[in-house]
Amino acid sequence: MRPPSRKFLSAQDLACQRGGRLVFRGLNFGLEEGGALLLTGPNGSGKTSLLRMLAGLTPPQQGQILRQGLPISRDPAAHRAKIHFIGHQDALKPALTARANLDFWVEMRGGSTGGAAKALDTFRLGERADWPCRYLSAGERRRLALARLLAAHAELWLLDEPATGLDTRALEDLFAAISAHRRRGGCVVASTHVKLRMPRAARLSLADFAPRGAA
Amino acid sequence: MSAFAALVGRDLALAFRQGGDWANVAAFFALAVILFPFGVGPEPELLARISAGVLWVAALLAALLSLERLFQSDWEDGSLEALVLMPLPLELQVLAKCLAHWLATGLPLTVIAPVLALVLHFDAAGMGALVLGMLLGTPVLSLIGSVGAALTLGARRGGVLLSLLVLPLYIPVLIFGTAAASAASMGFSAQPHLLLLAALLAAALALAPWAAAAALRQAME
Repeated sequence: MRPPSRKFLSAQDLACQRGGRLVFRGLNFGLEEGGALLLTGPNGSGKTSLLRMLAGLTPPQQGQILRQGLPISRDPAAHRAKIHFIGHQDALKPALTARANLDFWVEMRGGSTGGAAKALDTFRLGERADWPCRYLSAGERRRLALARLLAAHAELWLLDEPATGLDTRALEDLFAAISAHRRRGGCVVASTHVKLRMPRAARLSLADFAPRGAA
Repeated sequence: MSAFAALVGRDLALAFRQGGDWANVAAFFALAVILFPFGVGPEPELLARISAGVLWVAALLAALLSLERLFQSDWEDGSLEALVLMPLPLELQVLAKCLAHWLATGLPLTVIAPVLALVLHFDAAGMGALVLGMLLGTPVLSLIGSVGAALTLGARRGGVLLSLLVLPLYIPVLIFGTAAASAASMGFSAQPHLLLLAALLAAALALAPWAAAAALRQAME
């Protein structure tokens, strides 16, 4: 087996530009199956931009992203099928019930709604399942967004500030879900400001890749 | 295909649950049409002569009303970002959203148009052509509108910009829709006009989803 294909996800010499300003450059990382990567750095250091790049939403200014040794830009549809992207917005409709919201995202991925019911229970939303989302608290909405991770399967989880608004129990649920996902060979890339408990997780401080001086 | 149905179903559920977008559109249509007898006077001959044009112009404006929200709310709450990453191609997603938009606005407009036509003393002989024309024309309004809605996504005062962008493109629909209804009410054949409307629909079905999807991808970057 060739060395590059052993990494599940890797980035080579990535550079990112937002609004005409270089945010980071020369960024490299590799992630094995079952691996986790924590993105840290001050506001505006490009954590969300990097996650959006890894999802294939924005093309990198320079460099490339490889999944299992192949550039993700070669087959965007195949890449989309392998990822869960939970952005900092929850993507929930206030008028629909928690269950209807989750079922919708599961059906969009071609999954079964049985998985959705289980995911609701895992994040302790079973009692809230038939409430319209507008009555849910911010933390409950976040949990519902995270329930999408469990309701349908995808190898790579891209999480943008997943811990926002979560109470300690919900955080434990999230860590448990991430650990179980990694034990099955799944990968996680998460941006964070708070301490996320992930054993053997690689850390990437985006401030280290900020352009200096004249750049 | 179940993902397509899921998207249509969700947009319809939202349209009917969120205070009834469709009811606003239908009420606007009815009010706009009923204003005309007050404005131009109650003479039946005059009203009958302008009725087809009035109905179509009011339908265009009513359809335009709800267009701004076609992608806006999905964009604001992060759903659009998640939708772009779903396995269903974005072009088909646009088509699904257009179908839901038409079912929630174009179809109700088509259903109440004959009633409003009677208010304007529209000749009953042209009723079939009017309804058929609206059945063919209103989906074109949703499809062309989706391109405008995608292009103006995130623009400040996008609604005004959307009208300026989309209304000129609605002119062919207006011309042939009005011509079909007028021709039939005056005893001529409406067929050529209806065929041209069908051609517009075929072209919009083939082109609009691609254009709107490209604009949405641009808005996501």
